[in-house]
Amino acid sequence: MTGIVSYGSYIPYRRLKRAAISQVLGVAASKGERSVASFDEDSASMAVEAVRSALKAAPAATFGTLLFATTTPPYGEKLNAAIVAAATRMPRNLRALDLTGSVRAGISAILQGVDAAANSNLCAVVAISDARLGAPEGKAEQQNGDGAVAFVLGTEGVIAEIEASASLTREFMDTWRAPGERFAHSWEERFTITQAYSPLLGKAIQDVLAKAKLTPGDLARVVIDSPNPRAVDEIARSMKLDPAKLADNFAVTIGQTGAAHAGLMLAGVMPTLKPGDRVLVAAVADGADAMVLRATPAIASFKPAKSVGRQIESKGDVSYGNYLKWREILPTEPPRRPDPDRPAGPPMLRSQSWKFGFVGSKCTACGTPQLPPQRVCVHCRAFDNMEPYEFADRSAKIATYAIDRLAYSLNPPTINVVIDFEGGGRFLSEMTDCEPEKVAIGDEVEMTFRRLFTADGVHNYFWKARPKR
Amino acid sequence: MASRGIKDRVAIIGMGCTKFGEHWDKGPEDLLCEAAYEAYASAGVQPDDIDAYWLGTMGSGVSGLLLSEPLKIQYKPVTRVENMCATGSEAMRQACYAVASGAFDIVMAIGVEKLKDSGYSGLVGNAPPNDGTEGNMTAPASFSLLAPAYFKKYGLDPDKGKDVLSRIAWKNHRNGARNPKAQFQKEVPIETIKNSPKIADPLGIMDCSGVSDGSAAAIIVRAEDAHKYCKKPIYIKALSFVAGPAEGPLSSDYDFTTFREVVASAKDAYSQAGITDARAQVSMAEVHDCFTPTELVLYEDLGFSKRGTAWQDVLDGYFDLEGKLPVNPDGGLKSFGHPIGASGLRMMYEMWLQFRGEAGPRQIKDPKIGLTHNLGGAPGRCVSFVSVVGKNLG
Repeated sequence: MTGIVSYGSYIPYRRLKRAAISQVLGVAASKGERSVASFDEDSASMAVEAVRSALKAAPAATFGTLLFATTTPPYGEKLNAAIVAAATRMPRNLRALDLTGSVRAGISAILQGVDAAANSNLCAVVAISDARLGAPEGKAEQQNGDGAVAFVLGTEGVIAEIEASASLTREFMDTWRAPGERFAHSWEERFTITQAYSPLLGKAIQDVLAKAKLTPGDLARVVIDSPNPRAVDEIARSMKLDPAKLADNFAVTIGQTGAAHAGLMLAGVMPTLKPGDRVLVAAVADGADAMVLRATPAIASFKPAKSVGRQIESKGDVSYGNYLKWREILPTEPPRRPDPDRPAGPPMLRSQSWKFGFVGSKCTACGTPQLPPQRVCVHCRAFDNMEPYEFADRSAKIATYAIDRLAYSLNPPTINVVIDFEGGGRFLSEMTDCEPEKVAIGDEVEMTFRRLFTADGVHNYFWKARPKR
Repeated sequence: MASRGIKDRVAIIGMGCTKFGEHWDKGPEDLLCEAAYEAYASAGVQPDDIDAYWLGTMGSGVSGLLLSEPLKIQYKPVTRVENMCATGSEAMRQACYAVASGAFDIVMAIGVEKLKDSGYSGLVGNAPPNDGTEGNMTAPASFSLLAPAYFKKYGLDPDKGKDVLSRIAWKNHRNGARNPKAQFQKEVPIETIKNSPKIADPLGIMDCSGVSDGSAAAIIVRAEDAHKYCKKPIYIKALSFVAGPAEGPLSSDYDFTTFREVVASAKDAYSQAGITDARAQVSMAEVHDCFTPTELVLYEDLGFSKRGTAWQDVLDGYFDLEGKLPVNPDGGLKSFGHPIGASGLRMMYEMWLQFRGEAGPRQIKDPKIGLTHNLGGAPGRCVSFVSVVGKNLG
């Protein structure tokens, strides 16, 4: 049996109210709000958060494959999956690749991961993440959302077995973006719905149900992700589906999260599944993929580290002005401060487990945890008596803080906190996803993987503190 | 093993100090020339009389050539020194030791910084290639960490705490208003200070020292030779410099209400000078008031106030020019300005003027023992210098 062993999701903290766009640009606003990756997030950093969440719920898994699917890879050349692997402390003997090109890359990656897991005794982790840009005044700007999801796939401890899958590929002028372009183009929607989304989804679903020897009535939940939700309505009508079975597409709360969306919708319905329940998952873009999953008895005792629902509730607004600055759509006056230096390759390699994995050290002589890792113990001064010590998943409390209005940031002021970790260890960290006036001594924080800045084409990833979500 | 010090073995016989401020018309070479020639004249010596030089600058140039080239120094040793914001004091300490060792008869310590040419606000670091994990905290933010920690520990509500900080800046501006070489020679109403635009909450722009250009220099000889040059030399009683293990960002037992480096250097300096009660024995002090909370914490670290009581002493005017222990009579970094490499020597320049009765409208009545304190880095991760100087031997 091969299938989902664990899953995790990540919805960034910030929300942009669609009415806020309308207030500035005068365009009609659709209902609700969309999630926004913060100024220090991208598809890779969000993927790391989703994988961390999935790993927390599957601590025993060992991995042979990592697949990172996105249409918004931070690097055009350089393995983005390697960033995710380094930050989530994956083993070195790992097959890792980026899957990109269309929003279907997400569901395709899950199917690839299932194949990889089925063909080895090691698990595969699939990280799917997107932070797609829409041009101001356009539909995509309002309807897109940012987010990530991750699945651990394996053959043991399966909570949802993959019963069948079907794939179609068509060359089709639906959505496209040339290298160097910031915003995607798309063809007129009657054409894409009638000639692509509806027929392709319909065919893939028909195929997968036939393979699994099922009828629509056998399905407990249905996850269909289409760039245009009207295609989903058409399919549901033609399948005579009970609308209550359709998964929430988060249109009002998050927006459409690109490659991550089908997976995120699936993560949304997973907590509702009972053993034996079947779920259909289908997504469309330049073809379609569909799969049928069946919940196993193990699902009854599975608890995600952070549910999608909880993350939808945990949020703070971003103004449209700040959103435009964060995405560098609106150019701003540079500060009277020097640009940050590009981090250097050799020190980054030397400190990889620290920089990406947030691994400090613990003195084996006196037991004091410390970070960054030290040679001489800060407490007992024993020399080279250290063992690696992971801090990323430990919570910490604020000892003191500084609100820096002078430092360069896309989102001033920069908040710095001195934090003390549960179990020991002190660190001076930048703090994110919080309001400066709310920071207080004694507050609890947790660590999150972020992109601090980009200089000379090098994305500088490291960890920050954030209020406990 | 001991830090024995060189009490009363060397003396300063001449000093020079440029005006600090925005010298758009002068480069570091000009500033060095002016401070050096003022010091030569003050000591009544010729350039060729100087046997060796110690030059402090954090970033306005490299090597001894920064000094020897503009001054046309005739093939003498020039040592370039850097120790962050304590650079000027470090240059002086090395120069004093060289004389005390007997290696040279007469030397100059000189510091310079040209900050206003960068076009940036505040100080700018120059980090070596790195892994990108060091934070990008600015200096005011680093030192602002002291404020909430101190307020919380001693039960000051933030508004009262802000009053204390503002009063420190107010005092230093008041002193600077009596100093023709200070960058800012104006008294500033306490409400203006309190309401100045925020830089690193609760610090406003008026809690920060002046970004400044300037240079200062001292000529040093063996104490027994001092009267050959000078009627009123000043004597070095103690020089202490420590670099800490940077425990602040690493160890939870550091609480951001003290500089352990300052405590250690003060203890060492007091032991060298034979001071047992700093609050009673020190007549005046120049301390490193880079930001107002720094000065607050320094009062306690230097033993001027008991732990948790410095804020009360501030409100009582204890450290005012007319107070029991005037601190930063020349206006301090806040009002005199802070050209990094020059500041430690500028502090000594105030000792020089005060002991000789040349401090004009800010003259302190008959000071006997003075202290300068200079630090570099940030709370929990710094280097600290303390000197004790005296008007008389013994």
